[in-house]
Amino acid sequence: MQEMVRLERLTKRFGAVQAVDGVSFSVARGEVLGFLGPNGAGKSTTMRMLTGFVLPTSGTARVMGFDVVREPRRAKERIGYLPEGAPSYGDMSPLGFLRFVGEMRGIHGKELARRIGVAFERTGLEEVANRPIETLSKGFRRRVGLAQAILHDPPVLVLDEPTDGLDPNQKHEVRKLVREMSRDKAIIVSTHILEEVDAVCDRVVIIARGRIVADARPEELERRSPTHNAVRLTVDRERATEAMDAIRTLNTVREVRRLEEVNGVATLLALPVDGADLGAQVSQLLYGRGIRIERLAVERGRLDDVFRELTQGGSA
Amino acid sequence: MDIVRTVVRRELAAYFTTPLAYVFIVIFLALAGAFAFFLGGFFERGQADLESFFVFHPWLYLFLVPAVAMRLWAEERRTGTIELLMTLPASTFQIVLGKFLAAWIFTGIALALTFPFWLTVNYLGEPDNGVILAAYLGSWAIAGAFIAIGACASALTKNQVIAFVLGAAICFLFLMSGVDLVLAAFRGWAPDWFVDLVASFSLITHFNELAKGVINAATAVYLATLVGVCLLVNTLIVDLEKAR
Repeated sequence: MQEMVRLERLTKRFGAVQAVDGVSFSVARGEVLGFLGPNGAGKSTTMRMLTGFVLPTSGTARVMGFDVVREPRRAKERIGYLPEGAPSYGDMSPLGFLRFVGEMRGIHGKELARRIGVAFERTGLEEVANRPIETLSKGFRRRVGLAQAILHDPPVLVLDEPTDGLDPNQKHEVRKLVREMSRDKAIIVSTHILEEVDAVCDRVVIIARGRIVADARPEELERRSPTHNAVRLTVDRERATEAMDAIRTLNTVREVRRLEEVNGVATLLALPVDGADLGAQVSQLLYGRGIRIERLAVERGRLDDVFRELTQGGSA
Repeated sequence: MDIVRTVVRRELAAYFTTPLAYVFIVIFLALAGAFAFFLGGFFERGQADLESFFVFHPWLYLFLVPAVAMRLWAEERRTGTIELLMTLPASTFQIVLGKFLAAWIFTGIALALTFPFWLTVNYLGEPDNGVILAAYLGSWAIAGAFIAIGACASALTKNQVIAFVLGAAICFLFLMSGVDLVLAAFRGWAPDWFVDLVASFSLITHFNELAKGVINAATAVYLATLVGVCLLVNTLIVDLEKAR
């Protein structure tokens, strides 16, 4: 795996505020890194340092081996960047805007026209190519920002909340686009939408108060969830208490909760100790006691539980 | 050079897609005419020259040019496009230069549209067209100095009104530094050479020469230096913002 982006102890202080505090990670070719964190955790500041908009207080950011501070032009040439809020010049049309960005990147003439065509096709902008950007919907404006970022086919893509403000169909399109492009690129996507992580990311870095609190694959994070491998089952209401007592006797069970009752059927949730596999044990146990299980499902674990725990843990 | 040209093209187009450009041009032409006829006695002088027309230009520029320059950086900062611009593979100076040139060309267009004055004096008499051309160049140079100052002011804020007021105030100081009112503030305590230095900064003194069609080396060097220094300061302001 070829390493394409490398951040080393990247730090930014604004006056007395430590916005980013010693962030290090790297991203390889073909990898989509989800960059998560609550608002104000330092996501955008980190991305701004990586793209050369903000100078780090200390630490380094490298893109394809080029230090963003020492060789800004070479680093910037290799990045496609969608800043937060997808800013663009409202008085220009998407076509005019992409021409401007392309020429600033040294692409001209036929080659520029070809690339604009490709970017328009990938982001579905053909129909509004000549309308002023300020008259476009939020979804189109975001796609203009995206088209601008992929115009020069950069090896590294940095996307700050690319799906913010899009409807579910548009979100799906953007995620598909990110997946398609990930084959030969290193992509960093910041988001606070957790479903996005499952949909597009190979790896997740979670940041809170300027520090990295997790760097793992999405499945690994799910495993850290208290509900990972928890068993959800439904039994007859009459025998619910009996079933709960029985399940509690298993030493792999940490806790049993009674969730709801509908039409005389109770739903129970059994939480495992250290993510132990409970499914078979629970069903055998209840079968042995003659308690019929209507339905049984093993939970994967919820990313937002993990996210909350990691980003709120230790806060006052 | 490609990058500078691209920035110039975009900025110029931006002027003409908003009403600002047309408002500016109309007001400039109307005021330039009104001043020349009513205050300057264009006809009463009975001379086939444009001195009564040019002599008011610095005062017109004092509040019109900062209005042209105020959006250059303040608007980028307000709308967030500065983040896009500064993450493109271009140097800050290239962008600073491109923005300056675009605004300068724009004032040049407005100035060129005063050509009916030139036609009129040529119809009425036989003026020295060399003097008129020199005065036009001088007037345009003063506009350039004001734009360079206004661009610096614009880079300091994301509020265009503040950029305008600040730009106009600094332009005023440069314009008036040769007048006793300003010099008196220095005379009491500063050494004579310093007072003379401040006086030599006066754009109005330089411009009065230019309006007569006299371009001397000192004036040319002074204006070029003023613009150059402002562009560097502008670059510095934008770069410092990154390190803040």
